[in-house]
Amino acid sequence: MKDVTKGGAKGTVKGAGKGTELPPLAVDVTRADLVRYAGASLDFNPIHWSDRVATSVGLPGVIAHGMYTMALANRMISEWAGDATRVLSCSARFTRPVVVPDDDQGARVEFSGKVTDVTDGIATVAITAKFDGKTVLAKATAQVRV
Amino acid sequence: MCARSVSSRAVVLDQSFIGRTYPPGTPYQVSREKIAEFATAIGDTSALSRDPEVARTAGHPDVVAPPTFLTILTLGVIDKLATDPDLGLDYSRMVHGDQSFTHHRPATAGDRLTVTTTIEDIFARAGNDFLTVRAEIADDAGEPVCTAKAQLVVRGEDA
Repeated sequence: MKDVTKGGAKGTVKGAGKGTELPPLAVDVTRADLVRYAGASLDFNPIHWSDRVATSVGLPGVIAHGMYTMALANRMISEWAGDATRVLSCSARFTRPVVVPDDDQGARVEFSGKVTDVTDGIATVAITAKFDGKTVLAKATAQVRV
Repeated sequence: MCARSVSSRAVVLDQSFIGRTYPPGTPYQVSREKIAEFATAIGDTSALSRDPEVARTAGHPDVVAPPTFLTILTLGVIDKLATDPDLGLDYSRMVHGDQSFTHHRPATAGDRLTVTTTIEDIFARAGNDFLTVRAEIADDAGEPVCTAKAQLVVRGEDA
């Protein structure tokens, strides 16, 4: 995958407060990225690598693993927090597929996050993930020790 | 709809499976290599997931797993359910509805983890079947590491 913008860098977790916006992350996801993620996660469902199978079950083509999109969203949070283990919990609902074309450019997925609450040193981050102008995750949140 | 579909069973799954627990299988050994491989696959360049010294300096016993790394274990759970002939899940019609991970402590390289799976709920809505599955992931000492929950949706014939 090619990062279009980097997460992390700006802002410290110590400065986290209600309303804080995380440095956004935009990623161009290619077929090669899906193959690599399939191997790393052991999710070899063919809808993530075979157009033939994907279209046979009614999808427009090969789609990204929902868990891959969720992983990228939480990478944005880890980079902001500076340590992945600060992410105490995370959840997401997979509402729309990210269709990944068989080209070198891939599918651009854009992530943003906003702190909606801080209680007892734990921030709740609401995540937005967009592909083709539409959200692909719903109720995507993470609890982060700040 | 799908060529691999061999089942034409009624759409509603048997609710008597609510509460069914699948015992843990062989422990999963978390390795530095798998953590680094997973981190690379998601573009995570953090030294905490690659360099044991950096991880130890930060107070961790070894390199740390990214927040969704344990999907490796929960996928095994889904496979277990999908291949339970009694449950009769039609895998080809199944999609992942949602997922959550609640970490009781960070998973790190060196952990030997087991998963105990429980079917929490089964219900039908708008022609689809919904299964809520909870996976309790524990270490060698039986201490909880992570609670993962997934909702699986089995699309009905007309959905």
